[in-house]
Amino acid sequence: MKRIGVFICHCGINIKGTVDVERLTEELAQYPGVAYIENYIFMCSEPGQKLIRDTIIEHKLDGVVVAACSPTLHETTFQDALEEMNINRHQLEVANIREQCSWVHDDIEEGTRKANLIIKTAVEKLKLNESLTPIFASLTKRVLIIGGGIAGIQAALDIADGGYEVILVEKEPSIGGHMIQLSETFPTLDCSQCIMTPKMVAVNKHKNIKLYANSELESIEGFVGNFKVNIKRKPQYVDPDKCTICDDCTPVCPVVVPSEYDEGMGWRKAIYIPFPQSIPATFTIDTENCLGFNPIACTKCSDACEPDAIDYDKKPEYFEEEIGAVIVATGFDLYSVDNMAEYGYGKYPDVLDGLQFERILSATGPTGGEMYRPSDGKVPKEIVFIQCSGSRDPERHLPYCSRICCMYTLKHAKLYKHKVHDGQPYIFYIDIRSGGKRYEEFVQQAVSEDGIVYFRGKVARIYKEADKMIVHGIDTLTSKKIEIKADMVVLAMGIKPNNSAEKVISNLKLNTDENGFLIEAHPKLRPVESLQSGFYLAGTAQGPKDIPDTVSQASAAAAKVLALLSNDEISHSPIVAIVNEELCSGCGICVSTCPYGARELDEIKKIATVNDVLCEGCGACISVCPSSAAQQKNLTDEQILNMVKIYSYL
Amino acid sequence: MKEYKPKIVCFLCKWCTSAGADLAGTSRLKYPSSILPIRVMCSSRIDPMFVVKAFLNGADGVFIGGCHPGDCHYHEGNYHTRRRFAMLIKVFNTLGLESKRLKLSWISASEGTKFAKVSNEYTEEIKNYGENPSKWNVFL
Ligand SMILES: Cc1cc2nc3c(=O)[nH]c(=O)nc-3n(C[C@H](O)[C@H](O)[C@H](O)COP(=O)(O)OP(=O)(O)OC[C@H]3O[C@@H](n4cnc5c(N)ncnc54)[C@H](O)[C@@H]3O)c2cc1C
Ligand code: SF4
Repeated sequence: MKRIGVFICHCGINIKGTVDVERLTEELAQYPGVAYIENYIFMCSEPGQKLIRDTIIEHKLDGVVVAACSPTLHETTFQDALEEMNINRHQLEVANIREQCSWVHDDIEEGTRKANLIIKTAVEKLKLNESLTPIFASLTKRVLIIGGGIAGIQAALDIADGGYEVILVEKEPSIGGHMIQLSETFPTLDCSQCIMTPKMVAVNKHKNIKLYANSELESIEGFVGNFKVNIKRKPQYVDPDKCTICDDCTPVCPVVVPSEYDEGMGWRKAIYIPFPQSIPATFTIDTENCLGFNPIACTKCSDACEPDAIDYDKKPEYFEEEIGAVIVATGFDLYSVDNMAEYGYGKYPDVLDGLQFERILSATGPTGGEMYRPSDGKVPKEIVFIQCSGSRDPERHLPYCSRICCMYTLKHAKLYKHKVHDGQPYIFYIDIRSGGKRYEEFVQQAVSEDGIVYFRGKVARIYKEADKMIVHGIDTLTSKKIEIKADMVVLAMGIKPNNSAEKVISNLKLNTDENGFLIEAHPKLRPVESLQSGFYLAGTAQGPKDIPDTVSQASAAAAKVLALLSNDEISHSPIVAIVNEELCSGCGICVSTCPYGARELDEIKKIATVNDVLCEGCGACISVCPSSAAQQKNLTDEQILNMVKIYSYL
Repeated sequence: MKEYKPKIVCFLCKWCTSAGADLAGTSRLKYPSSILPIRVMCSSRIDPMFVVKAFLNGADGVFIGGCHPGDCHYHEGNYHTRRRFAMLIKVFNTLGLESKRLKLSWISASEGTKFAKVSNEYTEEIKNYGENPSKWNVFL
């Protein structure tokens, strides 16, 4: 019989607080198969691991159970410790007595009793574990990045500079994301376009980056190192190779619609280039508004186009790409202001959201950077900014802090003051969160130099009287009612995951949190990886953050991908299905059950087979096998039934 | 009198429900120690035989947790589970076993609160039913 060592971790008091580790050690010492048992304060520490390594030699162990935190945290740490002692890593089992035991129970009797059972199931499973070697598969050294905001752009450039090919997919006609819409950026007030456009051009020029703009991921199959993706490029109806960007088309187009780039503060035509520095630099026809799809109605742009670049009959194109890893950088959208009826958005043209105000501040915006209000073009002399609009309100809106709006509001007030010297900005706030590097200094400077008036409190109501917006609120510090007759109101809307991210995230089978942000493999120690191997996260798709944090995370994800690609082969978990040839009747039910096409019928032997490289180890084919011929390595029916027995016998 | 503590064998899929159970722990939510976890890769790995055996061996309840329909890490495993569970209920009813002691629930990695809530409610339910009466009577 296997000689199993059991190591019970105290995790400081995290486990010891609700599990009597001494008693457990005594109780389990006599359990069949347990050759050695010990408890220690921190098993994951170096002394803890050394204890395992030394005991393996001293007590001639050939299997180890570590009773500690969830296996998602330290399973590989302990597996590595075994391997160092030349014991196969599959001779380790982790008994999760923290997340699923000590942390969820209060009573020490209960906790100890349950921990005892959990450890016994781990011992039972380990008794029948086989030693396995990883399955090696080839590795495609190319990366897919979804989303061409600053996160996707930074990651693409880093990986491409590292010498590997990047496929960058952006759903909009141009890359740039939200950052290209911003005026100047806190805390240094450098112009967003000036720091962003060189990066966009670099993406376009880089020999290792293949850009699919106006495109979306259709499907993905395969596993880490070996994915096949299908990308759909939506038709732009203008051939980028022929288009010379002469802009003869837009003046003749009769259709005028609100510009997305200007957040509805300006206009564009039905044939348009999102903004002058768009990458790729091509025009696009917006089918929803163009009249030309009925050629009798309009062919004006096509008539004006000298190089004959316009083709109304263009169809979507589909491209297959092989890649080894994926970075998801789908970014954010503002929480919709339509949810904030009490603030009069949509009803009053001078109530704007943060991005609309960015466009008015921007030199490339609809007012050329001059401060005019939308309703009548007057210069606003008093502006009310409302922080936490839609954030930190678990009852009605987003429960979390959007992290950037305190800072961008202050930036807005400051930039406004730079443009309208006799103007008065007022800010309603709950707290001011300025935790970034040099952020507090930025706040202090603005408050002392720019004469911004802060009210701590929420705004109850906004209504219109003549050409003023009447803002009612309470200053909770003085308990006084506040009424301001403002010319303009800016709502510092919170941010949420990009509206079109949900579809692609569910396509990739990634996990999101209750707010739709991507979940990282570990909140502190693996912040840019997904638990699903081969997938990495960057930017605001993972949670609200500013540009410095977005860029750091994107470079971190790129570093992780570069580390993966520096291997020549990829190892694949050997916990796969196997077939007992003597029992298999060749019925083929497993073949139709496997979602990965890993099961095939061997026509000569008349039995089912398993392609190890394709098998992802879900086990679906095992429970459908009517002859019990299929098994899962190291999670056989016998192992599971032995665990069931521990729990259900009296 | 000693309080009756049910034994509930819980099969949790690695990607969703077990991760949700971990989150319940990280969030320090509380539920009874009657919840006894076995982690499998996918809920589709759960052979009906495991459930029957657990039940006849003396478990007072059997719980299966998987990813929400459409979210299965292995694309469609939980659809197999859903059909298999419906069939299990039929088999239990046909044999005169108490199918109300079986439970299937979709709990994602972000639903720690749901895991704790389901664990509390389900334990209460099983407590109301009392001990599993089949455990002395049926052998397999
Ligand atoms: C009003 C306002 C002012 C701000 N001011 C500042 C500031 O002064 N300083 C600062 O540091 N930060 C500021 N920020 C924050 C900054 O905008 C973000 O940190 C940054 O833009 C995040 O970049 P990202 O790449 O994660 O997301 P995004 O910029 O949202 O980019 C995501 C990209 O992915 C694409 N995409 C989404 N879904 C798909 C899909 N399914 N397929 C393909 N492509 C897809 C989108 O089209 C987009 O191009 C401000 C934010 C706001 C709202
Ligand atoms: S960053 Fe500031 S304004 Fe935005 S939600 Fe957080 S506290 Fe509110």
